[in-house]
Amino acid sequence: MDFLGLYNYWIVILLMMMGFYVVIASGHLVKKLIGLNLFQASVFILYISMGTVEGGAAPILRNGVSVFSNPLPHVLILTAIVVGVATTALGLALVVRIKEAYGSVEEEDIHRQDDSL
Amino acid sequence: MIQEHLPVLQVALPLVAAPLCLLLTRAMWAWLLALAVSLVALGISIVLLREVYTGEVISYAIGGWAAPWGIEYRVDAVNALILIIVTAISTVTLMFAKTSVAQEVAGDKQCLFYTAWLLCLTGLLGISITGDVFNLFVFLEISSLSSYVLIGLGQDRRALTASFQYLIMGTIGATLILIGIGLLYMVTGTLNMMDLATRLAVLGDSRTVQTALAFLTVGIGLKLALFPLHLWLPNAYTYAPSAVTVFIAATATKVAVYMLLRFLFDVFDASFTFGAMSLGGFLAVLAAAGILSTSTVSIFQDNIKRMLAYSSVAQVGYMVLGISLVSSAGLTAAVLHLFNHALMKGALFLALGCVAYRLGTVRLGAIAGLGQRMPWTMAAFVVGALSLIGIPLTAGFVSKWYLILAAVERGWWPLVVVVVAGSLLAIIYVWRVVEMAYLRPAPEKLSVTEAPISLLLPTWLLAGANVYFGIDTRFSVGMAEQAAALLTGSNG
Amino acid sequence: MSEQAALIGVVVVPLLGALAVMLAGSRPNLREAISLAAGVILLALVVRLLPRALSGDWPAAVLAEPIPGLSLAVSAEPLGVLFGLIASFLWIVTTVYSIGYMRGHGEAHQTRFYTFFAVAMGCTMGVAFADNLFTLFVFYEVLTLSTYPLVTHAGTQEARQGGRTYLGILMATSMGFLLLAVVWTWKLTGNVSFTSGGILGGAASPLVIGVLFALYVFGIGKAALMPFHRWLPAAMVAPTPVSALLHAVAVVKAGVFAILKITVYIFGLDLLRDTGVTDWLLWVAAFTILVASVIALRQDNLKARLAYSTISQLSYIVMGALLVNSTALAGSTLHLATHAFGKITLFFCAGAILVASHKTKVSQLDGLGRQMPWTMGAFFLASLSIVGLPPMGGMWGKWYLALGAIDAGYVVLVGVLMVSTLLNIAYLIPVPIRAFLGKADAGGEIQIREAPIACLIAMGVTVVGCVALFFNPTWIVQLAHQFVE
Repeated sequence: MDFLGLYNYWIVILLMMMGFYVVIASGHLVKKLIGLNLFQASVFILYISMGTVEGGAAPILRNGVSVFSNPLPHVLILTAIVVGVATTALGLALVVRIKEAYGSVEEEDIHRQDDSL
Repeated sequence: MIQEHLPVLQVALPLVAAPLCLLLTRAMWAWLLALAVSLVALGISIVLLREVYTGEVISYAIGGWAAPWGIEYRVDAVNALILIIVTAISTVTLMFAKTSVAQEVAGDKQCLFYTAWLLCLTGLLGISITGDVFNLFVFLEISSLSSYVLIGLGQDRRALTASFQYLIMGTIGATLILIGIGLLYMVTGTLNMMDLATRLAVLGDSRTVQTALAFLTVGIGLKLALFPLHLWLPNAYTYAPSAVTVFIAATATKVAVYMLLRFLFDVFDASFTFGAMSLGGFLAVLAAAGILSTSTVSIFQDNIKRMLAYSSVAQVGYMVLGISLVSSAGLTAAVLHLFNHALMKGALFLALGCVAYRLGTVRLGAIAGLGQRMPWTMAAFVVGALSLIGIPLTAGFVSKWYLILAAVERGWWPLVVVVVAGSLLAIIYVWRVVEMAYLRPAPEKLSVTEAPISLLLPTWLLAGANVYFGIDTRFSVGMAEQAAALLTGSNG
Repeated sequence: MSEQAALIGVVVVPLLGALAVMLAGSRPNLREAISLAAGVILLALVVRLLPRALSGDWPAAVLAEPIPGLSLAVSAEPLGVLFGLIASFLWIVTTVYSIGYMRGHGEAHQTRFYTFFAVAMGCTMGVAFADNLFTLFVFYEVLTLSTYPLVTHAGTQEARQGGRTYLGILMATSMGFLLLAVVWTWKLTGNVSFTSGGILGGAASPLVIGVLFALYVFGIGKAALMPFHRWLPAAMVAPTPVSALLHAVAVVKAGVFAILKITVYIFGLDLLRDTGVTDWLLWVAAFTILVASVIALRQDNLKARLAYSTISQLSYIVMGALLVNSTALAGSTLHLATHAFGKITLFFCAGAILVASHKTKVSQLDGLGRQMPWTMGAFFLASLSIVGLPPMGGMWGKWYLALGAIDAGYVVLVGVLMVSTLLNIAYLIPVPIRAFLGKADAGGEIQIREAPIACLIAMGVTVVGCVALFFNPTWIVQLAHQFVE
């Protein structure tokens, strides 16, 4: 097995687990969102790295280049990034409202105020 | 000419109407637009259903770019039913929403409410109708994001934290699905469902494919509220505005079940999913555990909305149980219960919405004696409750019958016991409400009247549907059997 | 009127009557008149169906088809028509009684009472005339639900508790056992219609048949076979007309009727005899007969005593079914009829005593016979019927059951019947004897008068019924033979 050659997947897994850990372990709502972003970023890297073609250039049509990386994953990831941005924006908006309503963005404080999280 | 483009119009109309709602600053206009669009969407789904009722499949290439390079919208007996469920529930609930939302959501936010509603509708319809897996992910996120917004608009401040929790878990689920899709693309190079099915069939049993299935199942399981991934559901249903609870309870999990069916049976071949990966036993155990544990937890809830939310998790368990039986009877039962549960929970949550409108609360203690003060509302609740328990002559009985029949056919007796136990537990928690409403005297100072007609009409529409589809099941059972035949027979 | 229409009518008329009663709620006289009219029309419809049913040719009609392949269908066959006759006739009598009782006792929510009473009767007719197991199951379930508001009528904590036990046991047995049995039968044979000779012959191994039969017998909780009998005493919190008609006639008889029908038309006597699956259940029935009688002895509350007596008497009928020969089944059929008339009279008396003197316990009844001679007289005669002494009809049921037991080779069961009869005497006869010959309580505050006239008329009719059945049981025996063939 070619461990070092598959380094992109190892990075993906690392980022994914880091992000997941932050989401679960952190009590601060904004940090949870950061963890979520890390998690999503790992998936972006998964897609892009799978789309690379050896010796391929960036998938933009221009003269003199005949081998391009696969453009489809790039397009998919652009979409996913937009989704990620929207999610983060929504999440942060909710955090702002929660701060207004509870006076805190720490999970434990909110919990104590009313058994909700 | 319009007829050809119906599949894309089904999704495009609500999508385009959503920002229009934003521009109409008066809540009344926004609501009217939303209702009109919902009605048209319902009309479209009915036309689509009539075309595929006989077993045909409609295939529509977006922008004229043919599959598998272009995105394909594909309507067959399985998703035509889902389209009808989503649009019908949306229409009925919008009829209810005008009065209910006016009371529960702040005035200036009502246009935004209907905008988000239309976006959610777009998302759900898109998931159901698309034949491209990445398109499915996009619509999934559209519907999820808009439902986070809708839930967050609830009155109680806990709606905000419920929405946040749902956001975190839902995004993780969707990202897992994205990973699964990525892995599938990696091995096959295509994103079209039918194309994937043919390519996966020859690929055999590689570890990437197995991993993809695993990620997809867990991701969809999160959206489905499959035990133990259901932790977001009780809070989300309880603190959302009444109309939102109805809409989401009756549609979101059903669409997730549809996603599961598509992936487990069409994209991955059933023999792979349930043979090599033996997902059947795994799903059955989780479903059974879900049914028993959540039904038991329901019994101890003081808030009736929360009680019914846990009950919804149990009902999803029934659907997954049917799927795990991997027989045409089991799938018929699962698809049938999909339909019937939308009716049941829709009626129940609508009745609760009426109660919330008059009383301002849905605590169990608060509804004492309500059977006399709000007879029509509570009668609708009783009809929905009887359907939930599975009393003959209601829709719920028919799904239970098919589920038990499917389990007996496979000889899986423990599952039969689980189904029956679930019903008996349902009697216990539902009857707490019935007893409180009818057999306890109302407090003296309680001065509520019956809910207004605008709320009662949609409630009784769904309650009546429960009884109608319990007696005349030609449509529901017919569609379910067709869907089951397509899913078990199809191989790409 | 065609037979099809009559068949559909027997189920639909009481339900329409319920609707009419609900709408006429504000006018008590109109409401009661509608109830009576519905009962009379129902009886006329059942009588219309009698000749064809007896001729061996069963007319049938389909109401709906909820599940493809399973229809809600009604047909008129001998046993069903008999049950229908008894139930519809006694509905009219009970309505007359109810008018006296509900008004005399000043009960609240009378419209709700009459409405659900009519619905319950509609379901009873549905059970009586069911053409297949599915229809039987559907109406059986809806019967449980429609009688719940009647059981919990009083709305007190006790009533709620009683309602919970009632609903809990009946739903648990019907969903847990009966539904499973019906689905299993459907899967084994692809058929659930009641057919002469049964449908399960050769469909499965004796062990499976045995388990299936046990599921049916215990699943039909309304037959009150121990240990699923607790719902019956719990249901005594209901107003007396409910206890009288429903829990002495309609609901409980629906249970044993279902067992009889399933024994003959689903399993078939030959299959049951060959596989011997009923043997162990005979001991359960015998146990119920004896133990319920002993418990009845120890009850001071009159209605509770009558409830345990009913549990015991129902097991007579079940025992007859389990003996699987035509004499025993004739005994069961006779007992179904005679016990209905006898028990309903006893409950009528209990209710009359409650209304007139507010007494509920046996120990309080000393000397009451002097103020309420007609009531206690009816009680005495009905007790004789339950015990099984001439000139009251109850004798014939026990007679044929004993003969059936001997035919089947279970002489020990004759002994069980005899001991039970002695116990019946012990818990029933002292009541009227003490009423007539005992010394009244010194602290008799209120002037106790006889029961309301409507109650007395009702009691009189049912007592005459008991006597009539003594002198003319042969039509029932013939009907029973028809049923078995």
